[in-house]
Amino acid sequence: MPNLKTKVSFKGTKEQEKELVDFIRAHSQDKGSMMPILQKAQEMYGYIPEEVQIIIAEETGVPLSEIYGIVSFYSQFTLNPKGKYQISVCLGTACYVKGAGDILDKVCEIIGCESGSITDDGMFSVDATRCIGACGLAPVFTVNESVYGRVDVAETEQIIKKYVAEAKGS
Amino acid sequence: MSTVKVKVNGMEVECSANDTVLEAARLAGVDIPTLCYMRDIAPIGACRMCVTEVSGARGLVAACAYPVEDGMEINTNSQKAYNARKRTLELILSQHRRDCLTCDRNMNCELQKLSKDYNIKEVRLGHPEDMVPQIEDSMIHLIRDNSKCVLCRRCVNICKETQSIGVIGPNDRGFATQISCAFDRNLDETACVSCGQCITVCPTGALTERDCTDKVWNALADKTKHVVVGTAPSVRVTLGECFGMPIGTNVQGKMVAALRRMGFDGVFDVDVTADLTIMEEGTEFLGRLNSGENLPLITSCSPGWVKFCEHYYPEFIPNLSSCKSPQQMFGAMMKTYYAEKMGLNPEDIFVVGIMPCTAKKYERYRDYQDAVPGIPDVDASITTRELARMIDTSGISFVDLPDEDFDPSFGISSGAGLIFGATGGVMEAALRTVADIVTGEDLDTLDYHEVRGTEGIKEAQYDLNGRQIRVAVASGLANARALLERVKSGEASYDMIEIMACPGGCINGGGQPIQPQSVRNFVDLRTLRAKAIYSADKSMKMRKSHESPVIKEIYDAYLGNPGSEKAHKLLHTKYQARSKYPGVAE
Repeated sequence: MPNLKTKVSFKGTKEQEKELVDFIRAHSQDKGSMMPILQKAQEMYGYIPEEVQIIIAEETGVPLSEIYGIVSFYSQFTLNPKGKYQISVCLGTACYVKGAGDILDKVCEIIGCESGSITDDGMFSVDATRCIGACGLAPVFTVNESVYGRVDVAETEQIIKKYVAEAKGS
Repeated sequence: MSTVKVKVNGMEVECSANDTVLEAARLAGVDIPTLCYMRDIAPIGACRMCVTEVSGARGLVAACAYPVEDGMEINTNSQKAYNARKRTLELILSQHRRDCLTCDRNMNCELQKLSKDYNIKEVRLGHPEDMVPQIEDSMIHLIRDNSKCVLCRRCVNICKETQSIGVIGPNDRGFATQISCAFDRNLDETACVSCGQCITVCPTGALTERDCTDKVWNALADKTKHVVVGTAPSVRVTLGECFGMPIGTNVQGKMVAALRRMGFDGVFDVDVTADLTIMEEGTEFLGRLNSGENLPLITSCSPGWVKFCEHYYPEFIPNLSSCKSPQQMFGAMMKTYYAEKMGLNPEDIFVVGIMPCTAKKYERYRDYQDAVPGIPDVDASITTRELARMIDTSGISFVDLPDEDFDPSFGISSGAGLIFGATGGVMEAALRTVADIVTGEDLDTLDYHEVRGTEGIKEAQYDLNGRQIRVAVASGLANARALLERVKSGEASYDMIEIMACPGGCINGGGQPIQPQSVRNFVDLRTLRAKAIYSADKSMKMRKSHESPVIKEIYDAYLGNPGSEKAHKLLHTKYQARSKYPGVAE
């Protein structure tokens, strides 16, 4: 799936930038250091937006286009931050045959963003995941640490709307 | 270097131990098809078109990257290899928008040729209905259509490795993989310098220059316009390639005859304004040498280099010569001096530049390129390739044309102006004139061999009346970068530097005829084309810019002295620092 560009504004700090730059300089002599650098960046920021990729490009001398090529190739790297509420819909085989596709569509419809992205206000992010090992509960989705199993589209709507109300109140 | 013996299709050949299977086969007179490989661009073995059967290997090997071994038996045309190549080709074609008839590269496409060579009669796979143009045309000089891209990555590698720019790359994965800019930005949101080298290596029509021939035809048809054309130094030694003539044929006379038959009102030589550039730049150089300010002087003829400097080395902007490029000086002189001489209104003059270059298309839109305020110096800039198409459209049988001379009022130039077309040429031309001015003599030294040749970086030191002048020449922007880094660190110090964006200079510019890998892999285009320029220079009577009667007349009758206020107003320009990431808000 092509990576979707985030619309959430970058909130990185000078301290974070210094930490990242120090990390890059410490590994500047290592061959093949781009992967650990990107992993570090994702660990620090939660995602690897353009602003962070430019810091890496400037420090390493590797063109931005090449860094973006790596980030967009590997699915464990993300260009989007995670929301306050991270929704993950399992699209493993068991969940899929039990109608997880419709559930994902419903979630996206309610919160108003595509799978793999985040809402403009930064509150909700949605991801389609591989099997999370709860096939007995299929179809299953999670919101942060809470697991919702054996749900149908109507129940999903209720659950997600509860979170939307909670987010509005916060 | 040690040699080994291998057998190619049963025929024994001796080759270097460092050769690849591809090179050994060529020695035996066999072309193995390649699509991603191109010499001087690291082999990536990605396209699988060159798979070949060799002894000692388990499966088929990629000939472009696989090294030979002593005693190796190479079978380039085994049934197994043929079937594999044909299947690969079918898969590539299944994802290729096949609008060959209306494609810019019709009859000059590597994929089209392979399709013919491999007898592809139908494409069984793919979804033709899904194939729609994927046009990215944000830049003035270039159009990318990814629906014709075969993902060979030649453009990516030449941009990153040869030019040290790297604004494009393969993004996403699997079927979604596409060559594009980071964050799917348009090219005009990156620090692309418009050199067009990517176009010259593209095997298909995925990358093309923006065609401006219609604009020129319209001007020629407009009776109210006085249409003048000027040809850059290097175009005369490459244009013949488009008509099947050997690489390195000088077709100046036929080119002039063709332009005249196409209906241009004035057929002129940009070599004249190359001479003019030397007068202005030479004067500027002597001024800086005396004051010691802003040395080294760095040449500004190559708009790809100028844009590179503005994006990546803005600290060197004060070092850039303030001279416009010969194309822009040509336009400026047409709309002022020539307009006055001919009694024409500058607005009625339409100036066409015929250039080896795609960056020249962009250059004419730059700020401070209007000698007559508000009127652009140049109205259309077309490449050698576009000129060839126009000649074809005209129905002119190019090879049968007689040799004709440029119109004399702006058509007499020196050998110094001509050698502008090759790396080292601007430096040599400047040295010929500067040496005469400094010594006050008519020196016999005309050949500055140290700055000639296709090496990426050349250095030399010359004695000018007791003063040591240190010069350096770089072509190809990766070489320019290496040279500038040495200057920055203080490791090297020069009085004058010539930089051309394209490797080998304008003769290998982004607007020059496209030669397929089957030629480029085994022939050095740069050497052959440059040879034609230097041999023409050698046979010329007048080889120093300041000796040209046209130049003398321009200064006597119009500009005054080189570097005069009027010359500055008309022939000089300004530069600006640009971001490395123009699309990203600061």
